[in-house]
Amino acid sequence: MAEMTREDGPPSASGRRAFLGDLAAACVGTPLLLGAVKLTDLLAAPAAQGAYDAAEHWYGMGVDVERCIGCARCVVACKTENDVPEEPHFFNTWIERYVIRNDGEVEVQSPNGGIDGFAPLEDPGTVRRTFFVPKLCNHCENPPCVQVCPVGATFITEDGVILVDEGYCIGCRYCVQACPYGARYIHPEKHVAGKCTFCYHRLRGGQLPACVEVCPTGARIFGEVEGRPTPLSRFMRFNDLQILKPNLNTKPKVYYSNLDYEVS
Amino acid sequence: MPQQVPRLVVVFAVAIIALLLARWYLVPETFGEIGHYRASAVDSIAARPVKYAGQRECAVCHADVVEAKSGGNHRGLSCEGCHGPAAMHVNAPMDTTPVVPRGRDLCVLCHAYNPSRPTGFPQIDPVAHNPRMACNGCHAPHAPEPPVTPRECSACHGQIATQLSLSHHAGLECSTCHEAPAAHRENPRAVRPTKPTARAFCGACHAGGLPDIPQIDLGTHNAGYLCWQCHYPHNPEAR
Repeated sequence: MAEMTREDGPPSASGRRAFLGDLAAACVGTPLLLGAVKLTDLLAAPAAQGAYDAAEHWYGMGVDVERCIGCARCVVACKTENDVPEEPHFFNTWIERYVIRNDGEVEVQSPNGGIDGFAPLEDPGTVRRTFFVPKLCNHCENPPCVQVCPVGATFITEDGVILVDEGYCIGCRYCVQACPYGARYIHPEKHVAGKCTFCYHRLRGGQLPACVEVCPTGARIFGEVEGRPTPLSRFMRFNDLQILKPNLNTKPKVYYSNLDYEVS
Repeated sequence: MPQQVPRLVVVFAVAIIALLLARWYLVPETFGEIGHYRASAVDSIAARPVKYAGQRECAVCHADVVEAKSGGNHRGLSCEGCHGPAAMHVNAPMDTTPVVPRGRDLCVLCHAYNPSRPTGFPQIDPVAHNPRMACNGCHAPHAPEPPVTPRECSACHGQIATQLSLSHHAGLECSTCHEAPAAHRENPRAVRPTKPTARAFCGACHAGGLPDIPQIDLGTHNAGYLCWQCHYPHNPEAR
């Protein structure tokens, strides 16, 4: 039943979506039982179309913190691929370095998103743990940024990607304020909200997001959250997963493994 | 009928017509087709130009490099991670050439020592490691190998070696505390080196009255704990 078409609904209506999914399955299943429709006809139909069907996908990303070496090739690739302004403070994705001291104090650094590297640790004798965490838009299933947009310029697509309609955004910054993950910014020239698109233009062509493509250690894993098997579904089966700020009920679709509790 | 009612009807009718006209002109054509947004925006975002062509495109012409890369330590790297975005090169191979990184600048982005990097990732100190020599003079970038294995353990246990070299235990050989069977090198997870098992092992130096070594009394110093439950032997505290 999981591979039945995902009936679209408002992001908050996950219960209704599941119900509609069951309903659709029943609508298909009942004639099958009665022998009215041949199974082969049903299977042939999607293959014959061949075109991209957004409703058949539900994208997410996995991040293995244990594998990230903080080289920030993902940040560079993202900026190139998506024409993100080069100066600091404009990032679709960025690398944070966490330094946890013996007294429990947590320092988070992300100089220029990590592109220029990270300075040597100050006072290394007092470090308890230190590691890198890649950050990006979490492409929430229940996105606060979409809720607050007054004009419907930001939205969640049928395949689960949060996008911004640049021709329609009025640059009011509500979404920048609403995002609990700091994943949005106002583009300095276009004066519209900018953010990670999971490289939506690449996904539609069957390619991986640029950051996943260039990551040298495989710290970023991309694929479908449910449905057909992808590297992400394997990652989700074999790792203990965490999401950022689960208490906010945003239902992020960026899943972290080996994440420390200090990270938020 | 009171005379103000027809006037109000006219006012309301004008307002409603104005509203409908405004809606007609202001709401974009495809708004609401899928959800509360312009359906055509999805297609215009999907039509943005691709700059990173992807590994599969590179393999069409450069199969030899992909083949050389497939068995080496860089097999997981994408071509464009080092050579930069190459979609323009794929579309017109003669017009643009991807970057060929030489020197030391690119390699150290990943391989310079940084304590935040995960355990075991191969790292060097760019200041001390063969200064001013280009990396690809010794290491083949598509299938890099350590040119020689200077100390057998550090080839794999690089972070331990780095920490050890900075610690008070820098003078100790790995074999002082570990016995590594030869088969461990071929089958590292199945055949494990030995580790010390008792407090007395550390006590041989630290409770043996040796000069210039911190001394404790094994009988009273946190009895019931093993030494490495509190102290990391590869980088023990100076206290």
